[in-house]
Amino acid sequence: MTISVNSPANTSRTSRWSLRVLGLGYLAVLLVAPLILLFYKTFEDGLAAPWEAITSADGLHALKLTLITVAIAVPLNTIFGVVCSLLLVRHKSKGNWLIDAAINLPFAISPVVIGLSLFLLYGKQGWFEPGLSEAGIKVLFSTPAIVLACIFVSVPFVVRETVPVLQEIGTEQEQAAETLGANGWQTFWRGTLPAIRWGVAYGVVLCTARVLGEFGVVSVVSGNISGETQTLPLFVEKNYENFNLPGAFGAAVLLALLALVVLMAMNLLKRKEAA
Amino acid sequence: MGISVEGANKSFGDFQALDDVSIEVPDGSLTALLGPSGSGKSTLLRAIAGLETLDTGRVLIDGEDVSRKPTQKREVGFVFQHYAAFKHMTVYENVGFGLKIRKWKKDKIRKRVDELLNLVQLPGLADRYPSQLSGGQRQRMALARALAVQPQVLLLDEPFGALDAKVRKDLRTWLRNLHEEMNVTTIFVTHDQEEAMDVAGQLVVMNQGRVEQSGSADDLYDKPANEFVMSFVGEVNRLGDTYVRPHDIEVVRDRDDSTEEAMVRRIVALGFEIRVELVLGDGTEVWAQLTRGEAQRLELREGQIAYLRPVHAKSFNGSSPSNTPGASTPQEPTDGGDAEVSAAA
Repeated sequence: MTISVNSPANTSRTSRWSLRVLGLGYLAVLLVAPLILLFYKTFEDGLAAPWEAITSADGLHALKLTLITVAIAVPLNTIFGVVCSLLLVRHKSKGNWLIDAAINLPFAISPVVIGLSLFLLYGKQGWFEPGLSEAGIKVLFSTPAIVLACIFVSVPFVVRETVPVLQEIGTEQEQAAETLGANGWQTFWRGTLPAIRWGVAYGVVLCTARVLGEFGVVSVVSGNISGETQTLPLFVEKNYENFNLPGAFGAAVLLALLALVVLMAMNLLKRKEAA
Repeated sequence: MGISVEGANKSFGDFQALDDVSIEVPDGSLTALLGPSGSGKSTLLRAIAGLETLDTGRVLIDGEDVSRKPTQKREVGFVFQHYAAFKHMTVYENVGFGLKIRKWKKDKIRKRVDELLNLVQLPGLADRYPSQLSGGQRQRMALARALAVQPQVLLLDEPFGALDAKVRKDLRTWLRNLHEEMNVTTIFVTHDQEEAMDVAGQLVVMNQGRVEQSGSADDLYDKPANEFVMSFVGEVNRLGDTYVRPHDIEVVRDRDDSTEEAMVRRIVALGFEIRVELVLGDGTEVWAQLTRGEAQRLELREGQIAYLRPVHAKSFNGSSPSNTPGASTPQEPTDGGDAEVSAAA
């Protein structure tokens, strides 16, 4: 008996391979190739020029400002995210759909629109402007605006990652802790939080990556002043516009490396969660 | 510590989980709440623990009204059907959880946890995680965790429900022995009447949010208050308006005034027990439980005509299961089997 070429085993093998080629090809052309090209362009003429650009006063300031923004926005959104998830999952009430919808807003609305709405609040004719200028606080075109904008766009991540985990673990462990004498805080700290920690950590990683790379909303509210209100993504863009290609590429590579570290942390967490 | 519940009502939306329930659990007893799913038995247990709040009614533990007390102050040990183990903690940390909350010293916790792990026959497993234990081991760990804080009462919600049949049987015996040793007032919820009769000294049968009857296993089996209890605590045949247990149907070869004609449809040998399925003249299907010896003496064959004599047949006034004791007194015929039980009626 001869085995026909179109036997089911062969067909499935062919389709499996073509799917694989299609998927990998798509990723290679659209995601990997541009990144490789970026690294190649950056180091084409040696390390000196990009290194100089990154270690310039403006470059270092941009890096510092980006890290400060991450250091403020991510912890705040983590705490808010966990509290909000508990509210949504454990304290069901009729208004919850509203909170749920509101949390998705930053996903749905363009960052530029968010930036403009911050203008309406804190700008010259903004709602909060009179009180703030009296108190001597400058929000727009300074660090607070950048932090606020980044908090806005990265609100959903921790909530979206924590809610399903909370739903999955159920309430029995928490009830068990209660019957053993634990109060609300002890139940949360010793029971709930350790059970949801990988979900929260995953959300934190995604939130960090977003804050690191946020461009649109920051460019609207920061004023993009070199050495003052310029984050790393804005620094890349400014250098590119000024035809300082080594500077732009150097900073871009730095940003990409930071993001890679964060993504690797995420993969490690995923593996830990699976274990 | 005795437990009593007085006039408990609880609804979830349109569903009435508890409908004016009152029970009395004596100090040191082992009581089973028995009923089908949706009968309110778990809700009642959770209300005693404070995990559900009653709409109306009171819960008293050792005479004290604890209805307004939060769970963590009620000093109850609670064991869940699906163990509710803290997955991120070792067996040791799980069992010691309540003691840590109570700020015990480390060496005291160590001593107590070791004692408990011996008691529940899990010595040497202190450093394992719950995921590394079998279901039966997890449930024993959960029991040790509940006992660690020396609760006033122990509440078990279908504790063996998620385990396979063999492990269940072992754990039943083990729980009974443990209760004798500890002597802490225990309530356990089950839908398995055999399990309830095997383990508990007192049974409370629930149905549709109400208590149908409470008493000892013998009381419920021999003097059921209504047809629900009769059919829930054992096998039953319905003959017209009366009920009779399969082992209370005598099968004879000769007809007389007290017998009913029937055709043997199937004979199933289950070891010592022989199950004879019969059809009466009017098409009613019944089955009789005989011993192997009885069946051999009768020389029964499938397709043959035999004569049935129901003894201890019961009828209940009122067609629906009811809580009113006056209306549900069983009418037991005299022992001779000459009751006016007519299947054809």
